Amino acid sequence: MTQTETQSQSRRPKLASSTIPVLAVLAVLLVALAFAGSAYQEPAGYLALLKRAAPLMILAIGQYFVIVSGGFDLSVGSLVTAEVVIAARLIDGDESATLWVMLLMLGIGAFVGLVNGAITTRLLVPSFIVTLGMLLVLDGAVFLWTGGAPRGALSDSFRTVGRQGIDGVPVIGQLPWSVVVLAVIVVLAVLFMRSPTGRTLLAVGDNETAVWLGGGRVERLRTLAFVLSGLSAAVAAILLGGFAGVSAQVGDGLEFRVITAVVLGGVVLGGGRGSVVAAMAGALTLESLFSLLNLLGVAGGLESTVQGVIIIAAVAYAAVNWRRKKP
Amino acid sequence: MAPIVRMSGISKQFLGVTVLKDVDLDLHGGEVHALVGENGAGKSTLMKVLAGAHRPDTGSIVLNGQEVSFASPRDAQRAGIAIVHQELTLLPDRSVAENVHLGREPVRRGQVDRRRMEADTADLLDRLGEHGIAPRTQVRRLPVAQQQVVEIVKALSMDARVIAMDEPTAALADHEVELLYDLVDRLRSSGIAVLYVSHRMREVFDLSQRITVLKDGTLVTSTRTNQITQDQVVRAMVGRPLDTMFPDRAKTRGTVRLAVRGGGNSRLHDISLELSAGEIVGLAGLQGAGRSAVARALCGVDPLTTGEFEVDGQPVRVRSPRAAIRHGIAHVTEDRKGEGLALRQSVHDNTMLVRNAAFGRRRIDVERLLRSVRLVSRGTDQEVRYLSGGNQQKVVLAKWLAVNPKVLVADEPTRGIDVGAKKTVYELLRELADSGVAILMISSELPELIGMSDRILVMHDGRLAGELPAGSSEEAVMSLATGGQA
Repeated sequence: MTQTETQSQSRRPKLASSTIPVLAVLAVLLVALAFAGSAYQEPAGYLALLKRAAPLMILAIGQYFVIVSGGFDLSVGSLVTAEVVIAARLIDGDESATLWVMLLMLGIGAFVGLVNGAITTRLLVPSFIVTLGMLLVLDGAVFLWTGGAPRGALSDSFRTVGRQGIDGVPVIGQLPWSVVVLAVIVVLAVLFMRSPTGRTLLAVGDNETAVWLGGGRVERLRTLAFVLSGLSAAVAAILLGGFAGVSAQVGDGLEFRVITAVVLGGVVLGGGRGSVVAAMAGALTLESLFSLLNLLGVAGGLESTVQGVIIIAAVAYAAVNWRRKKP
Repeated sequence: MAPIVRMSGISKQFLGVTVLKDVDLDLHGGEVHALVGENGAGKSTLMKVLAGAHRPDTGSIVLNGQEVSFASPRDAQRAGIAIVHQELTLLPDRSVAENVHLGREPVRRGQVDRRRMEADTADLLDRLGEHGIAPRTQVRRLPVAQQQVVEIVKALSMDARVIAMDEPTAALADHEVELLYDLVDRLRSSGIAVLYVSHRMREVFDLSQRITVLKDGTLVTSTRTNQITQDQVVRAMVGRPLDTMFPDRAKTRGTVRLAVRGGGNSRLHDISLELSAGEIVGLAGLQGAGRSAVARALCGVDPLTTGEFEVDGQPVRVRSPRAAIRHGIAHVTEDRKGEGLALRQSVHDNTMLVRNAAFGRRRIDVERLLRSVRLVSRGTDQEVRYLSGGNQQKVVLAKWLAVNPKVLVADEPTRGIDVGAKKTVYELLRELADSGVAILMISSELPELIGMSDRILVMHDGRLAGELPAGSSEEAVMSLATGGQA
């Protein structure tokens, strides 16, 4: 066999090869958008796309942590709805309540994640079931609390984060707050995945026995992934609430959309494989695709069909690729 | 006598890399033909060509005088060539008879004819002299050795004339190996051609009539077993004789690094031992005597529940792998792939695995560490699953070296790796001992254990039966291990 002595210079894995396909698809879509709609012939058009996509991208980052460690989080959609409805009711137009309610939302997100994680790791219920149960619990709780129609209203300053931006930025005009929030979270996520804890989380999804025997705290790490996912839902709720306003349907279907996005990013279900940047790129790709279909006049109802095709195709692509790669 | 199978001029490339080059192999009925070579020498590829899993680029396979070309393993099976893989392919919840006839169940009036299925299976088992296996038994309930018998019966039920066995003893306990010997002997005497792939020289010489040695995809030698010595075979495989395999023993013995007094748990009783800086202590015993249980106790996997435990003279509590590691105890586990490595992660990430998981420390010169364990890879980005067994084991050692252990417990550190890598592992363990680490080494290969150890502890039935000095005989070890006196 022609093998050479270890000589690679890089200390960290470079851009994983699994990231390249999704970036290629994304590039094609972004170019296609420019041809399909005049709005995309200026930076502002793409910025608007990014603003629209920011909540899904943030959710994708949260979901990535859970999937890569070998689980699923189906509860994020309901959690987003619950957070928005709770925020509207607690704030009820009162500006001074904005900050503490936002903090409370993060707390609730983390708590729901903690419960998901604790049940998964301590009671050994598969995360698929735990988070499906959590989805139903949250759905029911929201309905019970609101009677079907949410009450209250978000404050203007709350909605600023989702709607407004920093004005007077050269070239692009307005830099949306949501894009700033997204950028900060992306940087934090990338740094986290380079940290010892992040590397170990990835290894947990691959071989948790090896991590345990290597001195890792497997249960804590998995729980941490759910907490991060819950936090990502809280941030997404803050952005979505500001962007779209209060409704009891704000988070509907987000759990499936975000899993589609992560899988589209080449992150392998079952864990141990894929990059956080790719997961996020998957979310942007999905959002771009929907924008493109919208511009081309394809009926909105087709969105879920497209999503279904994508999730099956992406997983099939990964599986087939794999079999060929086996030595 | 004409061979049942004649493979000639077989060559095979994968992605431009030559894996087999012009290899000839004859398999005669009533003969056990051993195929040996280091990992990556091309043994499994040759076997897969025979089994129809790979098509050769050049060369021919002649079966009973007819040239054949197999499109799939199923084709080869129909032609009478069966493979018994290292990992068994049985369905654990089905009965022996169901497994034997899987996919080919006899049918009567539209229903599976259980009675015939079981009768056929019983016949075949009788033919092999395996009266201890009932056709209705759930496979899960059988020990691994008997599951292997079921695999072979399955092959026979398809009228196999050629049976290829890939490392059949890898998963077997010592006493089960004897049973396998009998079985192979009976297959041979019933006129079947057996291709026997193994790393273990003793088996190869005990069982085979003919030996073929592969090195780097080419045939080095093919000869009758009684015309070659073990030393010559090893030299043909790696180009160096056997007695230079083991490094020199310890020059000095340092302070006691790990001490256990009166340790016990559900598997172990009254274990007292001391491991000192600079020495390699061998731990011998029959399978099930508690060798691995000692390793798992010292490393916090199945902790001791009684007794005193000290590291560097300080009393410690070791209740988890994490606690053991944080006290400086490293654990090279027996099951490299299942317990040692995250196979889909890179060489870099696996090297950092323990450091990251147990300490969360950063920054270390991984490149230098990997050079020191003489890793051969395509770079630190390569996924460890693509490495050979020997190189995987070097990554396991590197992962422990990354946390500077005081004590290293190595459970079967050379299992399933080729001769060249074994030598490297021996050297690395000795270098580590010389640098002040105390090493406890477990091995079921006695020549290796005796060759490496500065002293040998022997276990019997969950207890330490005695201690032997360096260079003791295999007989002395076995005597203690079987409950006798030193």
